[in-house]
Amino acid sequence: MSGTGPRENVFATRMALTNTKLRLKGAETGHSLLAKKRDALTTRFRAILRKVDEAKRKMGRVMQLASFSMAEVTYTTGDISYIVQEQAKLATFRVKAKQENVSGVLLPGFDVDRVPGSDFNLTGLGRGGQQVLRAKEVYAKALETLVELASLQTAFTILDEVIRATNRRVNAIEHVIIPRLDNTIKYILSELDEMDREEFFRLKKVQGKKKRDAGKAEMQAIADEEDSEVLKRLDEQQEPTVDLLSSKDADIIF
Amino acid sequence: MASTTSFKDRNLIAVIGDEDSITGLLLAGVGHVNEHQRKNFLVVDSKTQISSIEAAFQEFTQRKDIAIVLINQHIAEKIRTTVDRYQQAFPTLLEIPSKDHPYDPSKDSVLKRVQKLFGE
Repeated sequence: MSGTGPRENVFATRMALTNTKLRLKGAETGHSLLAKKRDALTTRFRAILRKVDEAKRKMGRVMQLASFSMAEVTYTTGDISYIVQEQAKLATFRVKAKQENVSGVLLPGFDVDRVPGSDFNLTGLGRGGQQVLRAKEVYAKALETLVELASLQTAFTILDEVIRATNRRVNAIEHVIIPRLDNTIKYILSELDEMDREEFFRLKKVQGKKKRDAGKAEMQAIADEEDSEVLKRLDEQQEPTVDLLSSKDADIIF
Repeated sequence: MASTTSFKDRNLIAVIGDEDSITGLLLAGVGHVNEHQRKNFLVVDSKTQISSIEAAFQEFTQRKDIAIVLINQHIAEKIRTTVDRYQQAFPTLLEIPSKDHPYDPSKDSVLKRVQKLFGE
């Protein structure tokens, strides 16, 4: 049965029909575009997912290495944590944000941005300077891995969110908007048909009435004619009587 | 998205970790003290209160100049509910292993989601 289910509140006119049809076409185009976008994003998402998994495992190894070199430093130099914490003033190891465009979604990423020179020139001056330097390098390497992982993770989070939103939109268009427009079109069509039939019926009625009227008029005319003929005939027949009545008789006294 | 507009200014790496991790990362040069004398790192030892870890976590995640927050996994364990609730893209939260606590991928909040999406 057409016209059941939700539909838009429109008047059933030809113009509304055209408009709704255009909108349906637009919704269908949008749906296919969004579906394409979703597919592209999902492909990207899968790739990132795999990379995140890999990078996380790599991080475990790298950090282990870094901890080990730190242990070496502690062994040769003694505890340097306090002096290092106190000397930290300005970050020399920073990150720079960059953007990447994946089908309309801006994915941020981080790049390592190292400023040469460091605050810890005096650390390990007494002994273990080489170990300190090595630890520094190892940690810098580890940090690079971490930064890479961080940008992957950010991309992961954002993509996840965007894919969800896109999915919602695709589903909304597919299951809500398109059926509703369809229903509207069906409703308008059925309504227009109904109006057509009504109009046809009305015309028929009018025609029938006209015919009837015409017939009646004809009958009347015929009847009139007959009447007049009868009258005429009557007149003819009555004429002598009339004449009789009207003619004056000399014999009658009154 | 509101977070993407300001992420160009974010260029610091914040750390919440034990002494060794912090020392190593500071050696690499992530340490920063800003004009309000606020550090971008927090050393956590056995005496550190959980509330102060939470406070530091909140501060780092709300600061506008931090791009990445690194946190030792065993410390993240302590404030796991807060960490799991954290869903923002910026700053990126990264759980890192520490010296005496090997990395356990099954506890990582992001990796948990990754695993779920892989259908494992």
